[in-house]
Amino acid sequence: MKKFETFDGLVVPLDRANVDTDAIIPKQFLKSIKRSGFGPNAFDEWRYLDHGEPGMDNSKRPLNPDFVLNQPRYQGAQVLLARENFGCGSSREHAPWALEDYGLRVIIAPSFADIFFNNCFKNGLLPVKLAADKVDALFKAVEAGVGYKMKVDLEQQTITAPDGTVYPFEVDAHRKHCLLNGLDDIGLTLQHVDDIKAFEAKHRTAQPWLYA
Amino acid sequence: MSSKTLYDKLWDSHVVRQDADGTALIYIDRQLVHEVTSPQAFEGLKLAHRKPWRTASMLAVPDHNVPTTNRAAGIADPISRLQVETLDANCAEYGIVEFKMGDIRQGVVHVMGPEQGATLPGMTVVCGDSHTSTHGAFAALAHGIGTSEVEHVMATQCLVAKKSKAMLVKVEGKLGRGVTAKDIALAVIGKIGTAGGTGYAIEFAGAAIRDLSMEGRMTLCNMAIEAGARAGMVAADDTTVSYVKGRPFAPQGANWDKAVAYWKTLHSDDGAKFDATVELDASQIKPQVTWGTSPEMVTDINGRVPDPASAPDAVKRGDWERALQYMGLQANTPISEIKVDKVFIGSCTNGRIEDMREAAAIAKGKKVAANVRLAMVVPGSGLVKAQAEQEGLDKVFIDAGFEWRDPGCSMCLAMNDDRLEAGERCASTSNRNFEGRQGQGSRTHLVSPAMAAAAAIAGHFVDVREWQ
Repeated sequence: MKKFETFDGLVVPLDRANVDTDAIIPKQFLKSIKRSGFGPNAFDEWRYLDHGEPGMDNSKRPLNPDFVLNQPRYQGAQVLLARENFGCGSSREHAPWALEDYGLRVIIAPSFADIFFNNCFKNGLLPVKLAADKVDALFKAVEAGVGYKMKVDLEQQTITAPDGTVYPFEVDAHRKHCLLNGLDDIGLTLQHVDDIKAFEAKHRTAQPWLYA
Repeated sequence: MSSKTLYDKLWDSHVVRQDADGTALIYIDRQLVHEVTSPQAFEGLKLAHRKPWRTASMLAVPDHNVPTTNRAAGIADPISRLQVETLDANCAEYGIVEFKMGDIRQGVVHVMGPEQGATLPGMTVVCGDSHTSTHGAFAALAHGIGTSEVEHVMATQCLVAKKSKAMLVKVEGKLGRGVTAKDIALAVIGKIGTAGGTGYAIEFAGAAIRDLSMEGRMTLCNMAIEAGARAGMVAADDTTVSYVKGRPFAPQGANWDKAVAYWKTLHSDDGAKFDATVELDASQIKPQVTWGTSPEMVTDINGRVPDPASAPDAVKRGDWERALQYMGLQANTPISEIKVDKVFIGSCTNGRIEDMREAAAIAKGKKVAANVRLAMVVPGSGLVKAQAEQEGLDKVFIDAGFEWRDPGCSMCLAMNDDRLEAGERCASTSNRNFEGRQGQGSRTHLVSPAMAAAAAIAGHFVDVREWQ
């Protein structure tokens, strides 16, 4: 995983609540046995006018001009501004894979679904929870100003708007550490092999039927 | 000792270690594996030269990509086939027990696990699938995980987690005739919303829950994720113990008695504190039907499609307008006037034997309406299928004009060939009515198996209580 560094990123607003992972990456693309290459199919059903299938040349497909990610002013966006319960539904990690592969690094929303929220951190994506009224104000500001960029500083846990307004955010210490250092959890967990083995021995005695 | 919730007990008994900020390593007793969310995890293991920590804790089955007809011909789509073959190869390489497509024990992972006794009370159960919450019906701590976590559990037998808050959903009273666990689930989601359970583990309790069979409890816990809660659970009782007894993976002999003694402690203590409590009166719940593109967009069979003008706020109003447009529905239309094109009975929510019986009881001696192009019944597993056939349910369905298929996820998410065409409307016993869920442009209405069968016969939604 790449280290998460401070950056200034263009913001794209996706103004609908309950955006589910089926919408983020439709099921036909889940047939892949790879971890990469999902970006061109992020939001496939909203983004293209035709029906997408794996193996198509996406550069030749008709784009839906009404979908916000297709508008010229939002090309190259790295920050997605969203509404409540973003990422609900299926646990598919293909959703953060697709968003990351598309080029997004931060998602700001009033709330996220638990599994999606968790999956983001495993893939270098930072989900940021801000209060609904702040998100609402950001939607208005982003839509009003072409080229609206925000500075994201994970170390300081702040997002700074072009007008200098600073939005502090909360992030779990362990997850922050992993993102900043590009660490994967498995290596960290395996530092506790002895604890796991000791637990397992105790557990086996208490509930032997689990090991029969 | 202070009073504990069931969730406290399950959590506490699996903490390997815990940091000061609450981040814990949780030991996992059972990992269920399917073909869609595991290939990248196996690949990650291989690239890091790691091996699964305890293969005996794993149980695998292909379900999402498998065809529900003409299985002898194999999987036609080469990409789907490769995914299933990749699971087969990975399981063979590491010695993981897998029930392959031709095995009678094959089925939807959340139907197969409990059916085999691979889900036991007191366990922690994970799977790269959000509907893993199903297994909480056994007083287990069960939830869906992403593929990185699948790899993490394979490599370490643990999950990095923080404890959730605890919510009690208490359903007292008695369900009316024709009202089922599915209706409780949808009524709960209608009440608290699809994000109402976010950050919580939900325990379902109360007289109406105790009265449910294990199948009903699984349906209910299955839908906990649609209320935003990763985990749903129900206390263990005699119903739980009798269901588990004698199943292939269940404890035997002296271990059985020891296990049962422990399982009897798996309930919330009197006076245990919950962070939130929601109460419902079972007798007031009517058969539910969703009208929109989120499970919280739900009303009962006597209701009407709502008018976006009456939405509580601007964001909701926009969502409702978009949903009605997508669903091709007019505000204020009575639910019972909505006609359906197709009917799907099956899935990890409602693909168990009891669901088959419930639907067959409605279909018996009747015919699928002329306007319904396809009514299909997809049993949750090969064993459910065999049991249903032994009871003659297949004949009931076939005589009524339903198709009787082979087990798998099928049209719940349409990863195989079972899907709706754009604009088609379906009465479905599955769990999600998202845009495009059952095929691009598909229109899904979530209902119970009895309601789905009744819609197939009538050609539109009907109050199943009037049919019984």
